[in-house]
Amino acid sequence: MSRTIPARRGGPAAAPLPQQKNSLSLRLKRISRAWQLYVLLAPAVIYILVFKYWPMYGVQIAFKNYNPVDGFTDSPWVGLTHFIRFVNSYQFGQVVGNTLWIAILGLLVAFPIPIILALLVNQLQSEKFKKFTQTVLYSPAFISTVVVVGIMFVLLSPRSGLVNNAIQLGGGEPIFFMGSAEWFRPVYVISDVWQNAGFSMIVYLAALAAIDPALHDAAKVDGASKLQRIRHIDLPGIMPVVTILFILAIGNLLNVGFEKALLMQTPLNISSSEIIQTYVYHAGLQQAQFSYSAAIGLFNSLLNLALLLFFNTVARRANQATLW
Amino acid sequence: MSLTTNPRTTDTPKRTVNQVRPQQSLRDRYGDRAFSIAATSVLLLSILAVVYPLYFIVIASISDPNAVYEGKVWLLPSGITTEGYERIFADSRIWNGLGNTLVYTVLGTAVSVSTILCGAYALSRKDMPGRKILMLLFVITMFFDGGLITKYLVVRDLGMLDTVWAVVLPGAVGVWNLIIARSFFEHTIPNELREAAQMDGATDFKFFFKMVLPLSKPLIMLMIMIHVVAHWNSFFDALIFLNDDTKYPLQLVLRNILIQSDVSSTGTTGGDIESYAAAQRIAELTKYAMIVVSSLPLMIALPFMQKHFTKGAMIGAVK
Repeated sequence: MSRTIPARRGGPAAAPLPQQKNSLSLRLKRISRAWQLYVLLAPAVIYILVFKYWPMYGVQIAFKNYNPVDGFTDSPWVGLTHFIRFVNSYQFGQVVGNTLWIAILGLLVAFPIPIILALLVNQLQSEKFKKFTQTVLYSPAFISTVVVVGIMFVLLSPRSGLVNNAIQLGGGEPIFFMGSAEWFRPVYVISDVWQNAGFSMIVYLAALAAIDPALHDAAKVDGASKLQRIRHIDLPGIMPVVTILFILAIGNLLNVGFEKALLMQTPLNISSSEIIQTYVYHAGLQQAQFSYSAAIGLFNSLLNLALLLFFNTVARRANQATLW
Repeated sequence: MSLTTNPRTTDTPKRTVNQVRPQQSLRDRYGDRAFSIAATSVLLLSILAVVYPLYFIVIASISDPNAVYEGKVWLLPSGITTEGYERIFADSRIWNGLGNTLVYTVLGTAVSVSTILCGAYALSRKDMPGRKILMLLFVITMFFDGGLITKYLVVRDLGMLDTVWAVVLPGAVGVWNLIIARSFFEHTIPNELREAAQMDGATDFKFFFKMVLPLSKPLIMLMIMIHVVAHWNSFFDALIFLNDDTKYPLQLVLRNILIQSDVSSTGTTGGDIESYAAAQRIAELTKYAMIVVSSLPLMIALPFMQKHFTKGAMIGAVK
């Protein structure tokens, strides 16, 4: 992203004529000449205005007592009441804790694995095996979340599941994975890696393919081993992509996998599976506490935004690639 | 496939003929070999970890449920039966869900792809006044959104609850896809081409539909595939916006049966525990079969889609 922005800045300046006499009438002329482009863009703009900015405008209900008759604008203001209620509620610590736990565990485990896989796949000699590995590893990304969770339920079933059959074969006691709070996080993260690591790997493979092969040739002449070349050529070569994806992952830290958490929830694991967003869903849509859950959702979004800004600044300080 | 066009791989044979890596010590070469073996083993294990669960589900879906229950099915199916599949195909909810999913997929893909292509092209035009501000308008929505509740209320206020539009419209334009499409246009449609076309009197519309779109087939394919897969797999919008279960897409039907174990259709006749247990086992069998049936279409299509997705990831990586 960072690369296109300077290019865009250079764009308008490259057309010197309109720049020189940038009068209002000339600008209007340019705008009217581009009317067909505006028509092409109109559906997309209408879409984001209706489905992105209207809900953003509606976020004010987090500070109001929303009722359907008055709508977003006319419902009475109540200030921070809903936020205070959330912070003081007994679920607060648990829900925020669960969210951070899953997010951080996911980041620590699920973020590096695709990079490692890409480095390993990249050094394979046989093109056929390389392609085969890629295809196999990323195929689970095409299975729907519903089906992946369904697979987990059948394979991890305490009575007849494959995993518990194996455990019993080894002399262990069957474990009720989907119905226990301790197992929720490991099962969640492992299944996430299973489903998505291969797909995330592709971006890194693309970045690796863009590294100048002359670097590798030169290193080989100097007697560098494969491991050394991975450490000193491949890794630095993909670092900008890694940083950008890391910042994006941080920016989405608290949003990822919400649908899956919701699907994996059972009454038995709720104490570790209830995250901020599933809580919003339950309180807001199932119990119709619109303002209260909008406040919680806003809390989540702001926390996310803060994390994103923070890590982007850190990356900029460290002179790495940044988002903007 | 991007990797086959990688220059490093195309000149590999030449290099191995001419050079013997003279300065690499024997120890390092053994180290390299050990590393290769370790790396290949790790990848083989990863492949196994991905493939075996899927393979198991396929063989379990055609095995006698009692054999699966007792853990006798490992490498080959045993006591082959097609009862699981028969039950699925006899279940009207599955057919209904499949029909709905097809409608949502076709309609949703058409809406999304056409909106994205048109919008991305306009945004790719450097001579469009206000381009930067408009782009910013889109990018902001990637980092902040109004949240689930207000989105639900907007859809409700629009009167879309329980209609096809609630499934098709709220997620129609992904900003990420828009950016991918925009950068594709920026890189593949040369400015000179447009200038030449304009000299010949082509309007923006004419240029877009007659020149840009025919030149953008790979992008169009990518966008269609992204949206077909997304719609085929989506359940959440349907879960929150639809109450009428005759409008449920396949994934929501699957969720109810697979995860919430709504096995009412398997006809658990009240009575003795033995027949109840048997019914339970058949219900489990049905789940295996259902996983196979619902994933099969995309799995079959995967080899055909692969190169488009890789290309998409590449464009994404360039960004």
